[in-house]
Amino acid sequence: MFAACADPKAIEGLTWAMCYLTSGKHLDFYGSFATVLLLLAVTAPVAMALGFGGAMAARSQIAPLRWIGKAYTAMVRGVPDIVYFLFFVIALDQGIEYLNHLRVCDDLSQPVFRGLEFHVCAEAKVPPATASPFTFQAYSFGLAVITFAIVFGAFVANVIYGAMQAVPRAQLETAEAYGMSHGQVFRRVLVPQMWTYALPGLTNLWMILIKATPLLFLLSVKDIVYYARELGGTKTQAYEYPHPDWRLYYFLGLLVFYLLMTKLSEIVLTRIANRLSKGQATAAGEAMRKAAI
Amino acid sequence: MKKLLLASALIMTAGFASADVVRLATEGAYPPFNFIDDKGEVAGFEREFGDEVCKRAALECTWTTNEWDSIIPNLQSGNYDVIIAGMSITDERSKVITFSDNYYPPAASAYLAASADADIKTGTVSAQVGTIQAAYVAESGATLLEFPTPDETVAAVRNGEAAAVFADKDYLRPFADESNGALVFVGEDIAIGGGVGLGMRQSDTELKGKMDTAIKSMKADGSLNALIEKYFGAEGLKF
Repeated sequence: MFAACADPKAIEGLTWAMCYLTSGKHLDFYGSFATVLLLLAVTAPVAMALGFGGAMAARSQIAPLRWIGKAYTAMVRGVPDIVYFLFFVIALDQGIEYLNHLRVCDDLSQPVFRGLEFHVCAEAKVPPATASPFTFQAYSFGLAVITFAIVFGAFVANVIYGAMQAVPRAQLETAEAYGMSHGQVFRRVLVPQMWTYALPGLTNLWMILIKATPLLFLLSVKDIVYYARELGGTKTQAYEYPHPDWRLYYFLGLLVFYLLMTKLSEIVLTRIANRLSKGQATAAGEAMRKAAI
Repeated sequence: MKKLLLASALIMTAGFASADVVRLATEGAYPPFNFIDDKGEVAGFEREFGDEVCKRAALECTWTTNEWDSIIPNLQSGNYDVIIAGMSITDERSKVITFSDNYYPPAASAYLAASADADIKTGTVSAQVGTIQAAYVAESGATLLEFPTPDETVAAVRNGEAAAVFADKDYLRPFADESNGALVFVGEDIAIGGGVGLGMRQSDTELKGKMDTAIKSMKADGSLNALIEKYFGAEGLKF
């Protein structure tokens, strides 16, 4: 990157450290922090939407919809996350390619599964073999977002379902007495009041989601844990910047990053909790009312 | 109109021709065979060898990395077409994938330990998961300690978790040379495996043919030996 770094073996001290920390692989490492933040930024709203839909389905009057909602939460909650992560990448990837295979391939006479091998024609590959490495990374990232959203959506659904049940019946009954329709009660009374009950659970899930991001590694997305392990390992003279085992320092850096992330989230979420409790018929709302007098 | 059709047909076939891309997968953590250099790109003996083989076979190749322990399943599910990751040819692996001719001769594996009197017969010996060395240690009577990456197997010896590490001698040699005597080879070298070959799906017979021809031509004109000399030094085995 800098002219002084042309011959890394000849430099030492601060210059060496500067060159080392700005090597191409380190820049990739810094970029991977953005990958993690992007994953959080995309996954959280998608999981929220899935969870809300799941909770609504689970409460639905229509039996089949209710079954789907309940089955979704029960299935995902009952299986270890890591199993889903291992399952979904393969299942989604092969599922997408199989559908594409049926759509674009000319020769459908051969079975897709041959022994241990999975075959689709070259045009059905997703992404195509000619795609850039970035496309491949983006594709695995997309699969990761879907997987994370499905898994966390189920937990969100359960939290929101519980929160909807926790809204006092008297509140809904009053609304009904005013002549509001089912939908109006849901939109005007149930949902606004539900958040204060849902927030503690959602806060937990957000924290767990932050800490679950290293699972990206399982989905062949190069995240911060991959780079920390790769950069920290002993480097012999085969590398431009040989060094002993520095994994401890790299992982220490990750530790600080995750602590900062969770601390920051805690501050923001406490504020949101306070705002939501205002005027609510809960212990927290009551405490705020008394403090204000 | 006819000309237009012809032209578009030509463009289409050209498009399909360039779709003939072969994806090479390596581990990227096993110098000098393959590693990720400081620019963040795949480098090492297999990088240069792979590029040359593809040139001779007139194939357009792209590189990708994959974890070692899932490198065979992901080949079978079609994520890439060739494994080029210092993989030794064994009977067990040949049952699930097909290998090209070897491009590195059957090489010695060795024990590297923190002291010359390390107990490699009954003590704890580290090896990378899913390697021929791990299988050998498991049979040898020593306690096998497996790690997902090669680097961790050596780190386990440094921090006393394992008495010795068992791996390809070519991989371990730089660690011994650069440790100022802290790490030493123990016991005799052991020859296992049938040399290193490219791994491909068993159905890809055409690709295997092209690769074999290219490897043969590199063996014949001595360019493969020159590459081995460059990356493994005088101690590297030649054809």
